Amino acid sequence: MTEAYIFDAVRTPRGKGRKDGSLHEITPIQLATQQLEAIRDRTGIDTSFVDDVALGCVAPVGEQGSDIARVAAINAGYAETTAGFQVNRFCASGLEAVNIAAAKVMTGEADMAIGGGVESMSRVPMGSDGGAWPMDPSVAFHSYFVPQGISADLIATIYGHSRDDVDAYAVESQRRAKASWDANRFSKSIVPVKDVIGMNVLDHDEFMRPETSMQSLGALKPSFVDMGNFGFDNVAIQKYPEIEKINHVHHAGNSSGIVDGAAAVLVGSKEMGEKFGLTPRARIRSMASVGSEPTIMLTGPSFAAEKALKRAGMSKSDIDVWELNEAFASVVLRFMEALDIDHSDINVNGGAIAMGHPLGATGAMILGTVLDELERSGKSTALATLCIGAGMGTATIIERV
Amino acid sequence: MTETIRYEVDADGIALLTIDLPDASMNVFNAQLIKDLDTCVDKVLADDAVKGAVITSGKPAFIAGADLNMLGAQAGSKQTPEQAFESAFGLNKLFRKLETGDKNRKILAKEGTKPFAAAVNGLALGGGFELVLACHYRVIADDPKMQLGFPEVQVGLLPGAGGTQRLPRIVGIQAAAGAVTTGKPYNAQIALGLGIANELAPAADVVDRAKAWVKKTSSAIAPWDKKGFKYPGGAGAMHPASVQTFVGANAMAQKQTQHNYPAVQAILSCFFEGGVVDFDTAIRIESKYFMKLLADPVAGNMIRSLFINKQAVEKGSLRPAGIERKKVKRLGMLGAGLMGAGVAYVSAKVGMDVVLLDRDAASAEKGKDYSRNLVKKGVERGKVSKEKGDALLERITTTSDYADLKDCDLIIEAVFEAEDIKKSVTEATEAVIGKDIVFASNTSTLPITGLAKNFTRPHQFIGIHFFSPVDKMPLVEIIMGEKTDDATLALALDYVSQIKKTPIVVNDSRGFYTSRCFGTYVQEGYSMVQEGVKPALIENAGKMAGMPVGPLAVGDEVALDLSYKVGMATRKALGDKYVVSPADGFVEKMVVDLERFGRKNGKGNYVYPTDGGRKYLWPGLGDHFPVADDQPTLDEVKTRFMVRQAVEAARCFEEGVLIDASSGDIGAIFGWGFAPFTGGPFSFIDTMGVAEFVAEADRLAQAYGARFTPPQMLRDMAEKGECFYAKGDTRGRIAKAA
Repeated sequence: MTEAYIFDAVRTPRGKGRKDGSLHEITPIQLATQQLEAIRDRTGIDTSFVDDVALGCVAPVGEQGSDIARVAAINAGYAETTAGFQVNRFCASGLEAVNIAAAKVMTGEADMAIGGGVESMSRVPMGSDGGAWPMDPSVAFHSYFVPQGISADLIATIYGHSRDDVDAYAVESQRRAKASWDANRFSKSIVPVKDVIGMNVLDHDEFMRPETSMQSLGALKPSFVDMGNFGFDNVAIQKYPEIEKINHVHHAGNSSGIVDGAAAVLVGSKEMGEKFGLTPRARIRSMASVGSEPTIMLTGPSFAAEKALKRAGMSKSDIDVWELNEAFASVVLRFMEALDIDHSDINVNGGAIAMGHPLGATGAMILGTVLDELERSGKSTALATLCIGAGMGTATIIERV
Repeated sequence: MTETIRYEVDADGIALLTIDLPDASMNVFNAQLIKDLDTCVDKVLADDAVKGAVITSGKPAFIAGADLNMLGAQAGSKQTPEQAFESAFGLNKLFRKLETGDKNRKILAKEGTKPFAAAVNGLALGGGFELVLACHYRVIADDPKMQLGFPEVQVGLLPGAGGTQRLPRIVGIQAAAGAVTTGKPYNAQIALGLGIANELAPAADVVDRAKAWVKKTSSAIAPWDKKGFKYPGGAGAMHPASVQTFVGANAMAQKQTQHNYPAVQAILSCFFEGGVVDFDTAIRIESKYFMKLLADPVAGNMIRSLFINKQAVEKGSLRPAGIERKKVKRLGMLGAGLMGAGVAYVSAKVGMDVVLLDRDAASAEKGKDYSRNLVKKGVERGKVSKEKGDALLERITTTSDYADLKDCDLIIEAVFEAEDIKKSVTEATEAVIGKDIVFASNTSTLPITGLAKNFTRPHQFIGIHFFSPVDKMPLVEIIMGEKTDDATLALALDYVSQIKKTPIVVNDSRGFYTSRCFGTYVQEGYSMVQEGVKPALIENAGKMAGMPVGPLAVGDEVALDLSYKVGMATRKALGDKYVVSPADGFVEKMVVDLERFGRKNGKGNYVYPTDGGRKYLWPGLGDHFPVADDQPTLDEVKTRFMVRQAVEAARCFEEGVLIDASSGDIGAIFGWGFAPFTGGPFSFIDTMGVAEFVAEADRLAQAYGARFTPPQMLRDMAEKGECFYAKGDTRGRIAKAA
């Protein structure tokens, strides 16, 4: 089988996903288009050799609808032979898109492909696409649907994460993100977003709150108490009846931020690299997606990671750097416990609690982040993974070459 | 013109359809009425001289709903899906014909159809309300007692003749969901505000007003048959408000039903799925969900126990034949504690004079305060007028003098549960009352036959066992002593009927029926704690099995020290025959070593924070009864609760404590809250299958102890392939005489 290599990885800075966010005026198709342009312009590839573009998008409706990946390729001026398709694996969509792009290279379906993602959460709000899962009574009852915040609090309840535990994790995420920005650690991947007259509208992750402290977080009220009282706590307990009550510990300060952004990763065969004079930055060692219990929903990453390790014939100790999307603090705390990972080896540059989680794009973003970190630190292997709605996990292992 | 509907056309060419079932006090939808309505609608549509029609009732109520006996017989029947759909869709089809004149969509939109107006003179429930909604115009009697609603959910069904489609199209999904998933009816004013009623009128005028509308209306069309119809508040998967409604309703419904009542989900599904399609498709979806529910054992069990059998006992099915009905005019109530005070209130409320006696005037007055408080609350909330409330209180006389009991025509004793006190009170009373006056005891623990020995006329001694709080709990358990005669039973039943409660009659036994079986639920919970099952799992499993509260919570309400005392007394009374339960050790440790009595001393299985915060399970349970590494599955815990109670109920049946299966089911549901969706323990056994139940009980006996061993009677039934409710038999199996 052909090996799949990563030749480049780019991302937008993340804008606050609100009306006062810097990227609110930028359309999602522009966010995606500019990333594809950047890939082409930075590598100098002939886009007629890019067989496909896969873009993750979690609310593919409205201006994010109608196969935003194909339209972005057209819009970026790619060769008209470059196909495109949108991928929805909820929060792991961006990573899944890269995995599919890699799989296409591995199987010989494609010589080069781009995986990435886009989400303008300020313009197409989370949940805009509806769906049977939360809404259709027969499905919601059958699957014991609860919103993710309840799931995150359920994890904290079952595994005994206190409010202090999750807040401390969030404070550290903010500290790491600030330190990384101060040390210019993201500069390799960041492509500033431009407006229609070519002006930079955003060149840094604007969601961060480096002044965050235990004290400032302590003042925040837990976010999911009312929702829980309304009935969702009860639904969760029906699935986990050994619990007397849910301990609500998550709030805006220890959950991932709502932001706008896009990312893209160029994957191709060794021959393609040689053809365009590109140095492969890393090889994709293995990829895995897994379903897990949908009500607790967010414990999938450890299972996905184990599956990816097994497929790569690797063990935990073979991984130098871990990256897990910080959807909620308890998700990362549980992952570290489940795989016995030291905090110093995971999310070393901070994560979505500090910098935000543009749903469809995040997976591709954190893969780029962890690749930059390997190169910076001179380490070799990394595993990137994300928890996913409806109980799933997706993981990718990369190795520098 | 037809058997159930009078058909008259007036000079204006308006047909008046007066629904009036022969030999019935209420109109209900049965096969004949459906047939006759079909005939009349056809006639209206076919007759060119008829301009439109008004539908009303010849009885005080409009239509009280479907004939549940008819539906009960259909419930659980084996049909092919095609047959099931045909039978379920019939009424939908008829109402749709009335609404559209059977015209196709385009023609209807263009020319409309003959107008039908409902003249709703009295309550319209279930199918009756659905008929009202199918009419183009609705005049509702402006009567404070008016009820318009869909009680179907309370017997495990949904309104299956367009109710789940027309109501949300009129009032919006959120409002409709509230009404249809709870069964709570609308009054006339709310119906007007929501647009269900087009106008309100005095009951005597509803027909004239409806006719006046038909007269001025050349053609009519339902709003949902017009082009561009929009749901009030939105519908479907793409409307943000509708999305919020469904996400919220799904969670709330799961919280309330614990996944035990399929009707609630089916109703929401009808709203959801019916909300994105045209009306004709929507009612087909509704009929399919209706049949799905009717085929589920839950509906059949609920219809039988909660409706048919409950109504039967309330109408006197347990009353011995040939004894003249009597009315209690003056009740002598001995003991003004919580129970006595409650009994005094419910009795005075229905017009009885009550002599409320306690050992001193102050205690008796304190008992009357219970009524004063309830009356005060009722007046404040506008539920009772000040005059009626005052009159109620005036009927309660307090005293400490036994001589005041002399004119009473029934005595109920609810003094402290100690044999010597009972004896002296009984004797003091008998000395002053008439020589044929019945004496009833409200004991919940002491056998009636024993107490009857304190009375020189044991044939006129009986148990009337109330549940606390008396004004809220619907059941009364009547206990026959060995010598109690039929006339005494008849009087007790007449009294229960007067206070509008639901009676069951049982024979004497320790704990009778309800207390004895209810105790097994709590004790099983205690046994589990003793075994190391996680307390939260125990509590949640109890609730998820369908019980109103977890066993440890209810154990705290009953009070652990009381359980301990009753246990000690039982042990003493039974001597060698007493079977030790694993729960005994738990209760003894909690009461004797740890002084945790329950809510009453603020510490029991739960902790009761003094700052008014919510109670929570006492963490110390885990220290004194260590949690085991291996925890049982949720299903195993639920099964233990249900089977344990049902085995005890079956023993009561075998021993002749119960007289029939339906009393056992009613007593369980209304007495101690046995999971109503099951229809009661005997329906539960039938639904599981007697042979399967025996096998399961045997397995549990092997695993947890002989308390699960099924009685021989069940083995014999399983052997013969018998069950408690044979097809078509609603009363159920009759127990052998005690």
